[in-house]
Amino acid sequence: ISFLYTCTAVLIFPNIDSVEDELELSAVRHRPEGLEQLEALTRFNRKELQILYRGFKNECPSGVVNEDTFKDIYSQFFPQGDASTYAHFLFNAFDTDKDGSVSFEDFVMGLSILLRGSVQEKLNWAFNLYDINKDGYITKEEMLDIMKAIYDMMGKCTYPLLKDDTPRQHVEIFFQKMDKNKDGVVTIDEFIDCCQNDENIMRSMQLFDNVI
Amino acid sequence: MAAGVAAWLPFARAAAIGWMPVANCPMPIAPRDHRKRHDELIILNVSGRRFQTWRTTLDRYPDTLLGSSEKQFFYDEETKEYFFDRDPDSFRSILNFYRTGKLHYPRYECISAYDEELTFFGIIPEIIGDCCYEEYKDRKRENAERLQDDQDDNKDCKLPNMTYRETMWRAFENPHTSTMALVFYYVTGFFIAISVLTNVIETVPCGATPSQKDMPCGERYTIAFFCMDTACVLIFTVEYLMRLFAAPSRYQFMRSVMSIIDVVAIFPYYIGLVMTDNEDVSGAFVTLRVFRVFRIFKFSRHSQGLRILGYTLKSCASELGFLLFSLTMAIIIFATVMFYAEKGSSSTKFTSIPASFWYTIVTMTTLGYGDMVPKTIAGKIFGSICSLSGVLVIALPVPVIVSNFSRIYHQNQRADKRRAQKVQKARLARIRIAQTGSSCTGFLQSKRNDLLNELLELTGSEEEEQQLNKGMSLLESQHHHLLHCLEKTTAHEFVDEQLYEQNCLETTIQSYTSRSPSFSSQDGPIGTCCTRRGKMNSPLPNSSLPLQPSHQQGSLQELSALHIQCGDKLPHTTSRSSLNMKTDDVGLINCKGSQITTAIISIPTAPSDTTDGGAPSINTTASSNVIKVSAL
Repeated sequence: ISFLYTCTAVLIFPNIDSVEDELELSAVRHRPEGLEQLEALTRFNRKELQILYRGFKNECPSGVVNEDTFKDIYSQFFPQGDASTYAHFLFNAFDTDKDGSVSFEDFVMGLSILLRGSVQEKLNWAFNLYDINKDGYITKEEMLDIMKAIYDMMGKCTYPLLKDDTPRQHVEIFFQKMDKNKDGVVTIDEFIDCCQNDENIMRSMQLFDNVI
Repeated sequence: MAAGVAAWLPFARAAAIGWMPVANCPMPIAPRDHRKRHDELIILNVSGRRFQTWRTTLDRYPDTLLGSSEKQFFYDEETKEYFFDRDPDSFRSILNFYRTGKLHYPRYECISAYDEELTFFGIIPEIIGDCCYEEYKDRKRENAERLQDDQDDNKDCKLPNMTYRETMWRAFENPHTSTMALVFYYVTGFFIAISVLTNVIETVPCGATPSQKDMPCGERYTIAFFCMDTACVLIFTVEYLMRLFAAPSRYQFMRSVMSIIDVVAIFPYYIGLVMTDNEDVSGAFVTLRVFRVFRIFKFSRHSQGLRILGYTLKSCASELGFLLFSLTMAIIIFATVMFYAEKGSSSTKFTSIPASFWYTIVTMTTLGYGDMVPKTIAGKIFGSICSLSGVLVIALPVPVIVSNFSRIYHQNQRADKRRAQKVQKARLARIRIAQTGSSCTGFLQSKRNDLLNELLELTGSEEEEQQLNKGMSLLESQHHHLLHCLEKTTAHEFVDEQLYEQNCLETTIQSYTSRSPSFSSQDGPIGTCCTRRGKMNSPLPNSSLPLQPSHQQGSLQELSALHIQCGDKLPHTTSRSSLNMKTDDVGLINCKGSQITTAIISIPTAPSDTTDGGAPSINTTASSNVIKVSAL
């Protein structure tokens, strides 16, 4: 009988430890380097950095974004689908120092490449995004993961209906285009070469230059 | 899209560069930013207190007063500020909503004043953050109830033209409404008391006369008690019939607890009347008399407290059930143990396990009658363990039940909150509806608008193009551009739920009717891209949706059949769609693919009468064009 009561007691008080852990985590704060250093590191001017930081800090008062917040924020832009897988890959691409959180420096340096970088740098960044294990080669499996993540963002209410092997087919097309020596992987040189020869891709790279 | 993440839109758009190498089609052009880029501080003067914020902060929520052009009405030219003659304290939380994206409800604020402020500034209360929403809802409900009570009190005074039946029902439910009702209320109460008293006194042995031995009063004064009983039952029957007559919903009344108690209280008498002569059943009849004690429950109509007690017991049922279950377990365990412990001793009262139940219960509740006592040493040891644990078992749940009672009082209030769980979904739905501008439905709608724009460009009617270019904020157009890029990357389009479901139905039907040529699925991504390059989204009207499967996997013959059917339907369609058929034709000639893909975008059948005039002439040509194409 007392066993029953100890059971109920254990059930009532399980959560105290985890609450304390959470309190400790939220004490992490981060202050970015000064404006001058950031101006030197990136290609944004002062005013742009100010606007960027205000937006960043508004959404993340603690100064860093962890992966869950990142996924939440990114998912808000794609209400119909599930953007969390792609957000995970994006997060890894932005978190250059691999510390599990994206600070303002990481954020602004990534943006600097994407918005003010040369085409070469942008393609480099994209290659880095696709190369999940960062070994310098994009394999079909890595590309398939990325492709599935992108298709997940569409959700299920699409036209034409998404079939299960649509991502795989798309990966095949991609590899046909990019993999010149047909060795099953795409290296950075093959990737950059091929993209530079493709008008569409070149044009679309310039698309977001005036975003900030 | 929560505008709090508006600051991240540039980031999301920049990250879209990651899709570019993967896409096979060119991307749509980004919306141009015509407005000035530099941010300015806006001064908001609310009854003398000045608040300052960036313009872009206010622009985050374009469907509110401060975020839209409506604030221009409050602009003061001389002081170059926006003046609002409202409460500055409430304005704090409203402005914080723009800054942080979360609306908080300050507890010191009066609920109706706060509601008014929210309505004035065009903010729906459903957006109140989860931290404050429960409080807000509580206060709102309290307020509503208080107002309702006040109204009810007023309503009681005036009763114009109520039918006799309704008056009766109100009299029964609420005895304070009229003196008649009060009299009736007290009379029935009196008779219930009399009836219960007679039941009790019936069994008391009264007055031993020398001639007869001691017998209960009931048997001595049979006639008197019988008359008393008859009178009470008559009154109860009349009361029940009157209630049944007056009840607004007789079926519901008959199912209610009180009426069942009434029935149970008066039935034994009638059964007794019917069966007095039969000796065999009279034994059973005596048992039925026990049910007369249920008359005491009729008091619960008269006592509010009884009703609350009954209700709380009912809600506490699960806890009581658990208590009962654990007690039963304990009883069985100890009874078994005691039985086997006492089995050895002679002339033991513990003859069987069920017989030991009685000992266990009496010991655990610390009653200790002493009619059954263990004699062996083992029995005594286990008996003492039993009584000790009994104390624990009985004592521990008592505070639980006590706290349950106090919890149930609040639960009584919170039963409405449980309805709020369902309201939560409705609340989220309302928020979604209020923010359709930036949501995906807004995206689909803007696609339609873009489409119509293109068509109008083709036909050259400028005025309507102006109409359709409604002021969509830059943020929204950028967001839509982002979604459009995703569509191009994956070569699939967003559609809304109902179209998707229709497509699903169609594909399942289609799979029965035709074998799909595999080439269509292979060309899938590229094929659709090609056809779309010609900006040839040819929307078919909703009425012809069941014919859609042609794009998916149809043999060409089926294609032609369906398209001819499309042609037949054309005269009934709106003018817009007929224009679309024309562009369809144009686009197809450009495309090299033998596949005809048609995109489904449902055109709102908006009444636009201006282009109706030109429609009939185009109809026939379009239909003939369609037939020609499908013959390919």
